[in-house]
Amino acid sequence: MPANASDPASPENGRSDPGPVVRFEQVTKRFGDLTVLDRLDFEVAQNEKIAIIGPSGSGKTTILRVLMTLVEPNEGVVYVDGEPLWHKPANGELVRADEAHLRKVRKNIGMVFQHFNLFPHMSVLRNVTEAPIHVLGRSRSEAEDQALHLLDKVGLGDKTDQFPSQLSGGQKQRVAIARALAMQPKVMLFDEVTSALDPELVGEVLNILRDLARDTEMAMLIVTHEMQFARDVADRVVFFDSGRVAEEGPPSKIFSAPENPRTQSFLKAVLDH
Amino acid sequence: MFDWITFTWDMEFALEILPQLLRAAWITLQATVVGFAIAVVVGLVLALARRGPRIVSWPVTFLIEFIRSTPLLVQLYVLYFILPLYGVSLSAFVTGVIGLGLHYGAYLSEVYRAGIEHVDKGQWEAAIALNFDRRRTWTNIVLPQALPPMLPMFGNYFIVMFKETPLLSAITVVELLQTAKIIGSRTFNYVEPYTLVGLIFLALSYPAALVVNRLEARFARQRQ
Repeated sequence: MPANASDPASPENGRSDPGPVVRFEQVTKRFGDLTVLDRLDFEVAQNEKIAIIGPSGSGKTTILRVLMTLVEPNEGVVYVDGEPLWHKPANGELVRADEAHLRKVRKNIGMVFQHFNLFPHMSVLRNVTEAPIHVLGRSRSEAEDQALHLLDKVGLGDKTDQFPSQLSGGQKQRVAIARALAMQPKVMLFDEVTSALDPELVGEVLNILRDLARDTEMAMLIVTHEMQFARDVADRVVFFDSGRVAEEGPPSKIFSAPENPRTQSFLKAVLDH
Repeated sequence: MFDWITFTWDMEFALEILPQLLRAAWITLQATVVGFAIAVVVGLVLALARRGPRIVSWPVTFLIEFIRSTPLLVQLYVLYFILPLYGVSLSAFVTGVIGLGLHYGAYLSEVYRAGIEHVDKGQWEAAIALNFDRRRTWTNIVLPQALPPMLPMFGNYFIVMFKETPLLSAITVVELLQTAKIIGSRTFNYVEPYTLVGLIFLALSYPAALVVNRLEARFARQRQ
């Protein structure tokens, strides 16, 4: 077990606290000589909407990829809903997780990718129903009802029979959002989801995310370069630099009165842009 | 003096032996189809094994290279004459079909490999993000995308394999060439039987090649 494990589930003011849904504890990730996550401590509360900003190469996407089990950290422990993600307990110690453990814990996590990663050989409807049917074991009719509802919500109720190649980038990303929502994760990760879109299509995707952030109980971790959007939807903005959280706080503080000089120069650069 | 008589074409004789040759062509076709079916399965298994841990992938890679760098004829001899010494005794046809299947399976495993590598990395990541298990990731997401672009290559190998089936005559399978040989040695007329064998091969592989060309054109269009 990590030496300095604090107890995140300690009751506050005598009330029971469900504890953070995600907790990074001294997590380090290196790619060769490059340290992208540097002994990172980081928590996400239930239902919290977090915008992660920072210069490219600062490790913000890696946080999401570690959480989605796409990138294995070198050191440290990641907890999802209290359970270690990349490790499993065995005889009082944490050992490297096997595939079965990874699948069990990552069912709490969903992700929307920069490049959509829709399944090109499936219709829009099947993109959304495939995992609920084959992973969650839902019946086809149940999965299709849910998919139609979600596709309606993202404004694509009339595109169910189309294939991804027939959609615009913004539409593809909205399908990808519906597809991820269909798995009903506790935490949803958004990895620069508007970066690959033509400028005129960015708005339609951000509007979906704004609605989602308002209506959902899920925690959302949003890596983005859209500062206005981050300001609108986030409960907390995390400025990431060199693999660590350089500064964090409510959007009003981070965007109006940043304390860290790195945050100041980053925001100056992107907002003047 | 050149003996022109030997080169005359005896139509009556040709028509007389045609049914026998067509029956033999049926054997050739069967060997091709069954052999290819084996190759399709063997190729996939080899390609998947090659992606496994080193303890699996290294021997498999060696096996593939071994098969691809030794002649099919030698492999057929080994299977037909040496396996019986170890108590494995199979009919000539079954031996031949297995030999073809293994040999072309090694080639097809490379086609599979290229097809699988062609599938975007993001597809694997999406499969993980949606928590698909390994089997579903392969059957529902990766292979359906990897296979269609591979079809023209499969078609090419099918035709190549079809044209290699006369090698089976070396292990006494009575396919087209063997039948022509038998007719020749019985009647001392070689022109008609061998010419007909050539024509039958042409009549079968040329249309198949056209189909493959159309497949290729179709996938080339889709990629644009």
